[in-house]
Formats: sequence, structure tokens, C-alpha cells
Amino acid sequence: MHLKQLLTASIIALTVASPALAENVLRWTSQGDALTLDPHSQNESPTIAMNGQIYETLVTRDADLILRPELAESWEAGPDGWTFKLRQGVKFHDGADFTAEDVIFSFGRAMHEASDYKEQIKSITSIEAIDDYTVKMVTDGVNPILPNQLTSLFIMDKGWADANNVSVPMNYAANEETFAVRNANGTGPFTLVSRAPDELTVLARNANWWGEGMFPGNIDRIEYRPIANAATRVAALLSGEVDFVLDPPLQDLKRIEATEGLSVKTVAQIRSIFFGMDQGIDKLRTSNVDGNPFKDVRVREAMNLAIDRDAIKRVVMEGLAFPTSMITSPGVLGNTPENDAPVKTDPERAKALLAEAGYPDGFTVRLDCPNDRYNNDEKICQAAVSMYARIGVTVNLDAIPKSQHFPKIQKRETDFYMLGWGVPTLDSHYVFSYLLDSEGSWNAAGYNNARVNEITDAIAVETDGDKRASMIDEAWTQVKADMPYVPIHHQVLAWGLASTVDIPIAADDAFRPRFAVMK
Amino acid sequence: MISFIAKRLAQSLLVMAIVSAVSFSLFNFVGDPVNNMVGQDATREQRLEIRDKLGLDDPIITQYSRFVGNMLKAEFGLSYRIKRPVDDLIAERLPATLELVFVSAVISLFFGIILGIYTGIKRNSWISRVILSTSLAGVSLPTFVIGIGLIYLFAVHLRWLPSSGRSGVVALGWWKTSLITLEGWRSIILPAITLSLFQLTLILRLVRAEMMEVMRTDFIKFARARGLSERAINFRHALRNTLVPVITIIGLNIGGLVAFSVVTETVFQWPGTGLMFIQAVNFVDVPIMAAYLVFVALLFVIINLIVDILYFVVDPRIRLGG
Repeated sequence: MHLKQLLTASIIALTVASPALAENVLRWTSQGDALTLDPHSQNESPTIAMNGQIYETLVTRDADLILRPELAESWEAGPDGWTFKLRQGVKFHDGADFTAEDVIFSFGRAMHEASDYKEQIKSITSIEAIDDYTVKMVTDGVNPILPNQLTSLFIMDKGWADANNVSVPMNYAANEETFAVRNANGTGPFTLVSRAPDELTVLARNANWWGEGMFPGNIDRIEYRPIANAATRVAALLSGEVDFVLDPPLQDLKRIEATEGLSVKTVAQIRSIFFGMDQGIDKLRTSNVDGNPFKDVRVREAMNLAIDRDAIKRVVMEGLAFPTSMITSPGVLGNTPENDAPVKTDPERAKALLAEAGYPDGFTVRLDCPNDRYNNDEKICQAAVSMYARIGVTVNLDAIPKSQHFPKIQKRETDFYMLGWGVPTLDSHYVFSYLLDSEGSWNAAGYNNARVNEITDAIAVETDGDKRASMIDEAWTQVKADMPYVPIHHQVLAWGLASTVDIPIAADDAFRPRFAVMK
Repeated sequence: MISFIAKRLAQSLLVMAIVSAVSFSLFNFVGDPVNNMVGQDATREQRLEIRDKLGLDDPIITQYSRFVGNMLKAEFGLSYRIKRPVDDLIAERLPATLELVFVSAVISLFFGIILGIYTGIKRNSWISRVILSTSLAGVSLPTFVIGIGLIYLFAVHLRWLPSSGRSGVVALGWWKTSLITLEGWRSIILPAITLSLFQLTLILRLVRAEMMEVMRTDFIKFARARGLSERAINFRHALRNTLVPVITIIGLNIGGLVAFSVVTETVFQWPGTGLMFIQAVNFVDVPIMAAYLVFVALLFVIINLIVDILYFVVDPRIRLGG
């Protein structure tokens, strides 16, 4: 009898214990580790990806990139700013309560000089707590897209930050690391268990998370191991050591798909690849002709007609690209199917246009291109060189590392260059203000159209959605006619997954563990 | 002896000065770090502000003297990328690299000497021919090809060993070792073999050549005439005489192992100083690049100095000449 009882007890103990043993561990990898766990010191995707599992924002996006409430339950625009109603009953990992005070502290921290986010929220002039769970943000003029700008602005606990002397983000002058670089205390679905930079970071499910039970995710433990070398990263997936690779190289996707138990997911990324032509200066720096052929819209049209985007997609990108005539992707407010449709390749007409513009024998120009930034960047440029040769334009390719390429664009030292542009706010204003406004800091094309400049300013303050959308459309149609750029395609994102896990892929390349399901 | 060492020391200082000048001038060609440090939406003013804070717009000569000054004080500053002190980062990563180098050195020595002796003595056996022709692969194949090949064979196909990373790490004070756990040995074995192959081949061929040379000398013939056993002749007399040049080469090659570990560590995601260096190059993280180059140069200089002093002690001819 006694023995039987003992046996029953141990069987019960075993059955109770077994769910804990069979916990769902998700092991994943990508090229680069987070640089720091401090949520405000680096605005860089791997860092945001890591911190986004531990910390949360007021407003977030789901895998379809639709704005969703996170730490704020609702928000509304007023005449001078936005009011956010905060979620109640939320606790930080150390047990402290989340209140308006933490929001005000975190925004103040993100506005600090040493923060990498100060630019994103520069429209906020003051921020105040109406009560413990209501925050009002006063903006400099109306800002219709403020919630869009807050999706990577993480909230820290004021008490924790003060106690650990991390009330401001890192700064360059101080010669030491702060407590927040390797420790984290957020409100998110996972808590930090251990972290060895560039080796292994372990996170565990936060049982006290406010969203427990509201999301499909069933991951108990996340082990993240960065692997810098692309071939090694794929090998780790093939050998079953990881369940998920965020950034497998395009040429290995077929092999991953062909392997039993593995699959590939793809989606159009919010990043468009294009060439810029400097039409703003009087004489090209790298050309054999006097003056600047790019000033003539016929030449710019010829440069667009010469590119065979389908061939680039087929031959260079192995099918993983969406050819386009726009420099911003579907998913961004302002991208329309009409404007997005790629122009038809027509080298004959391109030649005729060049002749009409006074360049029957073409001209020479240098194409500046990065070789370590975008998918197959250098190969796209090589393909373009031969396509331009067909219309008599001799393009000399200079493909160099990104650290040397981008300064050329910023210092406006290039005639013809490759650039890719992502849009974190998913709104055309971001594209206009940097790439098309005559004052735009990345407008090395020197594009200057009075109406486009006007619209760029107008949509920054227009709150009527329909009116705003029609202005944006008008500006894009103008840009399509002026052709300041040669759009090539929108990039495609690909993830490698074991078939035992299901994670929704999203165009912003963010890993959302709260939706990750292990079978 | 003292004047000899003083002379060598002066030469070492000269080497360090040249290395610092060369590496400093390299930094001006690798690109602009500021672009990597800020997001694409940073304004022109913010970029200029950071350039100003980092002193990137100062005259070259000011930048260089600041660089040398900090180097002499062993102050390497903050990493641009990780925003942590560079000396901390190097101290943290060094154990991984040194353990990898140590295991590779042991592998290349052990197998290099054994196989060298065998192929030296049994020159014409088919096994020797196989060993020698395979060893050609060791010198001619690039390290990353060997590494990826080993990963695909042992991790992807056979699934015996992990493909990358350093697991089973145990902290002994500030030194984190992976050599006292089974997990740790499983993860070090592939990178260590990859790193050792080149050195192994070198030692094998050196021992073999020396062995063949020594076997032809009179004192071996005399030993044979005395009726000593083959075993005693091979190991007690011949091998001992071959080891002098081998030891020299090993000393010099430890530095080479550290330098070669850059590629091996990248392929295997081995979290040592080499991997850190590659990431620094991609980011234009000048403080880390500077510290690493100075560190490697210093390592070479110290090893060379020790080897020179050992020569001096061992070989009387140098003493007379110098």
C-alpha cells in the first residue's frame, strides 16, 4: 500500500514536471549581434530587434505593419499634439509599476544629446502627465504621423534607471560602459537571462507579461547566437543547431528549401534600390562631355528606359526582387500600383532620346556603387553597365565598401550613384524630406521642384487624411514625370526556418517572438 | 650580451613606430566611421558634431600625435561600434583566441613531428606518399575553404560536432576557458584543426627534410655501426638534432597562428580577437583596429626578441660575431 502510494505520487510528480521539461526553446541566428542593450543609444536594426523582445513601446506594428496598441491602449490627435492613454496593471521585470512617469522619463532620455533617437521625436516640444495613465505630448505644429515615429521608442523604468545611474544614454566622451549596456529591465514578453556579446544571449518568457494569453506565441526560451559568416549561418540551420535564420544569403535559399524539415519565407521588403543622377550641378565631375547631360529630362528618361529590370530580377537576383518605377515600396503610404509599375525597357527609344538631347554618341560617367550593403549591389551595377553600353553611354563602375561609398553621397561628390532607402515611418513624407526635397540631406541628385518642395512641407502638418493622400499622390506623379532617379527594384526579404517553428515574416525584417509558434 | 639586447630592443621600438605609422595611415583610407555610427536620418549638423567630438577633422599630424600619445599610455579609448573600452574588449576576447592558438599549436606540433619522422624515415612507402600529397592541400587550400568543408562534413552531414561558436565556457576568475568541459572540446576541435593545418604541413615538411639530412650524416652511420637499435637511432640521435630549427619555426609561427586566426574565427564564429577585428574593419571602428594591430605587432616583436636571445644563448657563433 505504502509503495503504491509512493509510486502514484512519483507518477503525478513526473506528469506535472514534464511540461516544464518539454519547454519550447527557439534558437535563432543572424549576422550581427545587438551593439548594446541600452534602448536609446543605438538606432540600428539588430539592436532594436534584441531590445524589442525585452522592452516595449507605446505604439507598435504587427506583422502586417498595422499600428497596434502596446503600452498605450489608445491615442488621439488634438489641436496641439497627441494624448496617449496608457495600459494599466503593467509591471516591469523587476516588479515596478509602469506609469506616466516612466513614459516622461523615457522620452526625456531619448531626447538627450547622446541619444540616437532624438531626431525621430524632435517634433515633441513638451510632454506632461495628465494623470498616472494619461500622457500628453505637445508638438511643434501639428504632427499627423507622430504615432508612426514612436514604434521603436522603448520605455524604461525611471526608478531602475535612477538606481543604476543610467538616466542618460551612453555618450562618446565617457570612457566606460554604463549598467544599461548589459542589463535590461523592460515590460516585454521576455526577460534577459544571460548575455555574452557575439556569443549567446538567452531570454526567458515573462510569466507576468500583460499580454500573456493574448498572443499565439508559445516560446518559453529564446537563445540567440550571432554568426557573422553567411555560409556558417546556413550550415547551422542545415545541421539543426538553430531553428531560424533571419538573413540567409539569397544564393543558398534553394538549398535550404530543398532540405527536408526546412523552409524559406519571403516578403517584399520596405527598401527600394535605385540610381541617383546629379542634375543639380552645371558640369559633371566624371564625364567626357561639357555641361551636365542629367539636367535634360530626355537623358534621364533614356537612363530609365535602358535598364532591363526583369533581366536584373531574373539573372542577378534569382527572382527575388520586385521591379519598379518608384523609389519607395508597397506598404509605404503613397506607393500606388500605377506609379509602381516598371517602365518598359526600350533601348531604341533611349538612343533616340539621347540623340534628341544632343548626345547621339552618348557620353561617359562614373557609377558609384557599394559592394557590401544591399543584396547583390555590385552585380546589379555590373548589369547596369552593360545595359547602358547598349545605348552608347559608357559607365565606369567604381564599387567600394559602404563606409567609403555613403560619404560620397553625403558630401555630394558623385554624379551617378546607387542608393537604397527604407522607410521606418511607412509614410512618403520620410522619402520626400530626405530624397526629393531640394534641402533633403540625402538628395544628392540635386532634384528641385517647387511643387514637390511645397507638398513636402504641407504633408508634414496636414491632418486631413484624404487631402494628404491626394497631395502625396500628386507629388509622386510629378516625380514620375521628372525622373530624378532610376528606380531598379524593391528588395525581397527571406528567412530560413525549421518546419517545427512558425514565425510571421514582415516587410520590416523584425522578429516578433510573441507570434512565434513551435509545433 | 647587454649591448646585443639593447640593440635588439632599439630595433623593436623602431618596428613598433613603423607599424603605428602604417596602421594610422591605413585608417584614413578605410572610410568614414560617422556614417556607420548614426542612422540614415541623422542631420548634417549631427554628423559634423560627431566628427568634431572624435577629432576627425583635426590636422593629420595632430591626430597622429594623439594616437601615439594614447598608445604609449596604453589608452585605446572607446569602441565606436560597441561603445565600450577597447582594452576591456580585448582582455575579454583574448582567452578564446589564446586557447584556440594553443590547441592548434599542440595539434600541429604533435602530428607534424610524428608524420615528419615517419615520412623522413620511410621515404618510399606509399603511406608517406599519401601523407605528403595530402599535406599539399594543407598549404594550398585557403583557410576558409578548409573551415567550411569541415563544417559541412562534420556538422551538417555527420552531425558529430557543432558547426560554430564556443560553448561549454567556464569562468576561472577572469579567464573564461572552454578546455575543461566536453562541450568546450567539441566546439574547439574543428576551428583548431582548420587553424593548425597550414602549420602542421610546414612542420611536417621541415622535420622530414631535416630528418633526411641528419640520417645521411656520419654520426648516424657511426651509431648504426655501433649496433644501436633503429629506434634509438631514430628518436634519441636523429630526432634531437632535427628539433633545433623546428623550435625556431614554432616560436615564429605562434604569432602567425594569432594572425591567421582572423579568418578561422570568422568562419567558426569563434568569439576571439580576430572576429572582433573583422567586425571592426567592416564598421571602421578605428580604436579597435588600432589596438589590435598594435597588439599583434607587439606580439611578433616580443617573440622575435625572445628567439633572438635564445639564439644568443644557444649558438656561440652569434656571440662571437655580435
